[in-house]
Amino acid sequence: MPRELFEKELAELQDDVLILGSMAEKAVVDSVEALRSADLEWSQRIIEEDLAINKKRFDIEESALFVIASQQPLATDLRAVMSALMIITDLERIGDHAEGIASINLRLGESEDLPRRMGYIPAMADRAIAMLRDSLNAYVERNVDEARRVCDADDEVDRLQDAVYDEAFRGMIEDPTKIERNTYYLWTAHNLERIADRCTNICERVIYLVTGRMEEINVSKY
Amino acid sequence: MSIRVRSTAPTDERSREALRGRPAAEHRPSENVARPEGDLAFSISDLNLWYSGKQALTGVGLDIPRKMVTALIGPSGCGKSTLLRCLNRMNDLIPGVTIEGTVTYRNANIYGSEVDPVEVRRRIGMVFQKPNPFPKSIYDNVAFGARVNGFRGNLDDLVESSLKRAALWEEVKDDLKKSGLALSGGQQQRLCIARALANNPDVILMDEPCSALDPIATLRIEDLMRELATDYTIVVVTHNMQQAARVSDYTAFMLTDEEITGQLIEYAPTETMFTQPADQRTEAYISGRFG
Repeated sequence: MPRELFEKELAELQDDVLILGSMAEKAVVDSVEALRSADLEWSQRIIEEDLAINKKRFDIEESALFVIASQQPLATDLRAVMSALMIITDLERIGDHAEGIASINLRLGESEDLPRRMGYIPAMADRAIAMLRDSLNAYVERNVDEARRVCDADDEVDRLQDAVYDEAFRGMIEDPTKIERNTYYLWTAHNLERIADRCTNICERVIYLVTGRMEEINVSKY
Repeated sequence: MSIRVRSTAPTDERSREALRGRPAAEHRPSENVARPEGDLAFSISDLNLWYSGKQALTGVGLDIPRKMVTALIGPSGCGKSTLLRCLNRMNDLIPGVTIEGTVTYRNANIYGSEVDPVEVRRRIGMVFQKPNPFPKSIYDNVAFGARVNGFRGNLDDLVESSLKRAALWEEVKDDLKKSGLALSGGQQQRLCIARALANNPDVILMDEPCSALDPIATLRIEDLMRELATDYTIVVVTHNMQQAARVSDYTAFMLTDEEITGQLIEYAPTETMFTQPADQRTEAYISGRFG
């Protein structure tokens, strides 16, 4: 006995999660690029566009609640709806971290007109964005192995975060006039590190969705 | 394995074979059967049942924990009501039934020749799908079993405590002489539960107890089931998956397929059953893909 309407609603829910994922990914990519190019207007737009990410998250949440109320899902279906609800929370927070990077750019713009200190930021951003894409692929494909691989990649982001700490603190000690600039460097790295952590959360939900087991896969040291 | 054959049935082996009909297709017991910890109310082992040669249960084995709610679910014709009725020998009342296997209750096989089925049914009460109060007063409905059994205590106290336990007392205490049939459907069902409780049972079997009730009355019965589970073992047959998920501690999923009738597919703590069932057939049934 197929449940056509229910299947359609579940498919739409997943599509909406992916749309939110692409919105969050664009925000992260743009925020780092706007920072690199010291484009304050672009960063301002990213901050404004975060409202759309927040709204999309609430819209999906509403749809998911209606699916629960009307279809009363159980077993894999229930896990699919619950996973979608958890994943959109992480995606919305990833959007907030992108907004955080955009805000850093605006603060830097107010205080100085220097090239941004990028250091390890592009490398961290590349890895965090790849983790986001791969975690959403694992979600669509219900691929536990891929989800675990994404979680492993978080170690490299943590390692880069260590390097940023070393570099920033050394910079602060060597030249106290650059404390503020190095602080923003640290904040930017912290936002990217949190994005990577959110991706491991998404992967934990993928594993739960497929296996029914809740596992803490990768405890970040940050 | 002990064998119990209805006294009305032929007792020689050839006739017994004829009654059973063709042998069941090869049946391997499910591997997905949990073993509840703690005290058990029933231990069912390799239970087979035939109605006039037509097999209705095949190799069912599971342990039912004491003072908990166990739900039996499955599509129509899967044998869940048949299994329920095996637990207090209600199937004995059906002509042409043959039962093999054991149902251990209080360390004795209830199908043993020395066991009195009437005493079994007193200890293991039953509530049916359609409320079936006697055409008597509320008081007499509850007192009926006690009177029949020669109860020597205070009948008023027994009626009051039974109605209180069935969460009906406050609604009827001023009108105990009113006919039981004048109550609402939900009240009638609680009256039947009070009537069962008045016999001081260990176990209450419920066969789709809410299917004739509206949603509010259903929720009241479900609340009552949870309350009663502190003192009684409850086994409930239900078609309502959400109800099984809400009220039960353990859930058994049964199925009849092309090959095997009335088999136990999976038995697990309810939380596990409804979030991560082990068997694909359980998953398909509880998620509404068939049945």
